[in-house]
Amino acid sequence: MTLHPMIAALRKHKAGVVLIAMQIALTLAIVCNAIFIIYARVDNVRRQTGLDEDNLFLVTQQWVGAPSGDDPASIQKLDAMQREDLNTLRSLPDVESVSPTNSLPLFPSSWNGAISLKPGAELRAGNARSSYYFGDEALLKTLGLHLIAGRDFTVADVVNKGMRDPSEPHLVIVTKALADKLFPQGDALGKVIYLDGGSMPTTIIGEVERMQVPSTGSWASTFVWNSTIEPIRLNGNFSRYAIRAKPGRLDAAMTAVRAALYASNPMRVLDDDSIKSFKDIRAEAYRADIGMAVLMGVVCLILLAVTAAGIVGLTSFWVGQRHRQIGVRRALGARKIDILHYFQLENLMIAGTGAVIGIVLAIGLNRVLMQNFAMDRMPVIYVLSGLAIVMVLGQLAVFVPARRASNVPPVVATRAA
Amino acid sequence: MFGYYLDLAVRSLKRNKMLTALMIVTLALGIGASITTLAVLRLLSGDPLPQKSSRLFYPQLDPRPLDGYMAGQTKPDPMMTYQDAMYLLHARRATRQAAMAVLQSKIIPSQPNEHPYFADGMMTTADFFAMFDAPFQYGSGWSADDDDSRSAVVVISDFLNDKLFGGSNSVGKMLNIDDRQFRIIGVLKHWAPQPRFYAVALRGHDYGDGEALFMPLQTARSLDKGPGDVECFQDVTDLIHLETAPCEWLSVWVELNDSAAVTSYKSFLDGYVKEQISLGRFHRPETSLLNLMGWLSDQEVVPSDAQLQTYLAFGFLLICIVNTVALLLAKCLRRGREIGVRRALGATRGAIFTQFMVEAGIVGLTGGVLGLALAELGLMGVRHQPAEYASLARLDLQMFLVTFAVALVASLIAGLLPAWRACVIAPAPQLKAA
Repeated sequence: MTLHPMIAALRKHKAGVVLIAMQIALTLAIVCNAIFIIYARVDNVRRQTGLDEDNLFLVTQQWVGAPSGDDPASIQKLDAMQREDLNTLRSLPDVESVSPTNSLPLFPSSWNGAISLKPGAELRAGNARSSYYFGDEALLKTLGLHLIAGRDFTVADVVNKGMRDPSEPHLVIVTKALADKLFPQGDALGKVIYLDGGSMPTTIIGEVERMQVPSTGSWASTFVWNSTIEPIRLNGNFSRYAIRAKPGRLDAAMTAVRAALYASNPMRVLDDDSIKSFKDIRAEAYRADIGMAVLMGVVCLILLAVTAAGIVGLTSFWVGQRHRQIGVRRALGARKIDILHYFQLENLMIAGTGAVIGIVLAIGLNRVLMQNFAMDRMPVIYVLSGLAIVMVLGQLAVFVPARRASNVPPVVATRAA
Repeated sequence: MFGYYLDLAVRSLKRNKMLTALMIVTLALGIGASITTLAVLRLLSGDPLPQKSSRLFYPQLDPRPLDGYMAGQTKPDPMMTYQDAMYLLHARRATRQAAMAVLQSKIIPSQPNEHPYFADGMMTTADFFAMFDAPFQYGSGWSADDDDSRSAVVVISDFLNDKLFGGSNSVGKMLNIDDRQFRIIGVLKHWAPQPRFYAVALRGHDYGDGEALFMPLQTARSLDKGPGDVECFQDVTDLIHLETAPCEWLSVWVELNDSAAVTSYKSFLDGYVKEQISLGRFHRPETSLLNLMGWLSDQEVVPSDAQLQTYLAFGFLLICIVNTVALLLAKCLRRGREIGVRRALGATRGAIFTQFMVEAGIVGLTGGVLGLALAELGLMGVRHQPAEYASLARLDLQMFLVTFAVALVASLIAGLLPAWRACVIAPAPQLKAA
């Protein structure tokens, strides 16, 4: 079949053709970018924190009437209260392991700074940004972190200090990402570093494979895997405990913890959301990302449905209008399949033109988003998959009216319109 | 005559029920989606204090060391050190001025069997309430003397007063906050500017119910209450005495009534910084004095997700309009004979045009009503999201009117081309062909 008569026929319906092509172009532009955004969000959410997340939960509590000074006596009193809590928690039957901590990956509270290889460096000009975690000898075991070099903290390594005490630790464990950033040769173990522009030397005694920083914000995106773990119990008027329940006993342990803490010392505040499973922490951290992905997905589906409906509507009209011409062609010997192919080919031409314009629009839209929303460049695969989607959609949408057209009997040609 | 057009339009729409439904539904979907996101965006980028925002300014200085400084490119820090904040406060160069930081307090109920709970609040200075037009239900704020003498007084919000005293006049009653007795001197009426512009730099929540309580800054500091966020620009050896540490943790707001006052305040700031540089305490000359809305856009308070969703919604609306145009057009082009008959019976081109526009208008209005229902549904969905601002998502009267205007204009634009095409058809050939 030659394309010439088809193009001649389309000239009669300029407005309709232009509108359908435009709609396909716009749909393609929005759908590719939406799929790309969905993928980026999902990718973000699927990152592994480096923790063994099942059976893990976090308790945040605050004492009432606790000492508030920074004198040694007050600090030791606070530390005694914290150690008492740790003993209480560790003695529970459903609890496997407990460590004090200041935060967890994805938890909205973080302690950030910079690490340098020289003492007294400017605070903001360190060699590497890092987030700090504070815990005792049970932290690695409780969180399920993988030690890949060096050793874990021992009881003797762990010290305590007031929250506002600026002294730095003698020993730390760092993530592999941070170790490699500071020491690209891979010989970080045993090396000395300086935290936050201080002059107190700190030795790296171990490396963990992976541990995400708490913040999921874009400001922390440059150092997502740079975590430093300090063997310190922080003493303040509040404390946090990371707790690993025995397998399958998470709910029981979470219920038992509240009662046990109140029983050991009722002078404390435990809110409704003071005891959070890691599953909930993760869900809250990524809620916006998941919401955006779902919204985009819904919009894409509705958009495709609207476009398909438009194609069906318009083609139905054309079929109705050309009833007589179809009858003439059938009377002259065209088979049903020829009529079907005619409409499918016509749609292919219109959709193809629209898609070419759509590709240009899609790339343009991606540029705009890159400039305004710090989005990445869209790989070609998204444009191609968008293209495939709209072409297939067009063919599916045109099939119903085209089949109706192919069923027009040849006798129609002999009747008045 | 109009009634007749209406009748014709309804008849013609009834002829293709499927197609008519399709037009209306696509238009409604586009309108529903765009209005929903527009409502959210308006909520997020609204003026928190419309009657006053043009007179409120946010002074900024830059006490950081020269390291990393690029002249003309480095913005001053969003927060201020205690020393600078107190200097600006006591200089009294503006109509009003207040320093503030966020505060988390423990409220200890007097009933022995109740557990204590946390309440968000602000530690601030006397001018805060008058400067931000915070309305009092009972009592009043504190005075500058209360600031200086570290009085144990507190102003509480309407919702905390409801919770503690069942909404009665509680001025003069005592309240245990962080194990210390405070005297209530004022109860606010409902006051929750959206977004909470005064806490933006202080890492407070941006949206939500507002503060539960306010206490004098010096009183809170004497209780050793730390602020929500501290940024230090030099190595710190002592975080207990924040007043003397090289750290920023306060916001200062000033009220300036005219442009002359703004100009003179800016030169006062510049002069102060020059003096500090000559003393060797400062190294960077930049200062900034943005007004409230300028400050909010500088801090990018509107989440970029909301902007992205709005773009998306309008792209969506555009596609829906294109779709409706295409369908209306196809519909009208098949009605050559009907038009030919009406023209032959004496209908003017204007009459035909009007008839088609009425038809498009009906599609638009119906799409608008349905779109409104969908927008209401969409906003219900937004309200069920756990974001801080979610519960405030509402469709107001203005939104309602905008919805209808958008629906009608969109459909009339959609109807223009087919109506034009219809009324320029020559009647004779159409009749002959029949």
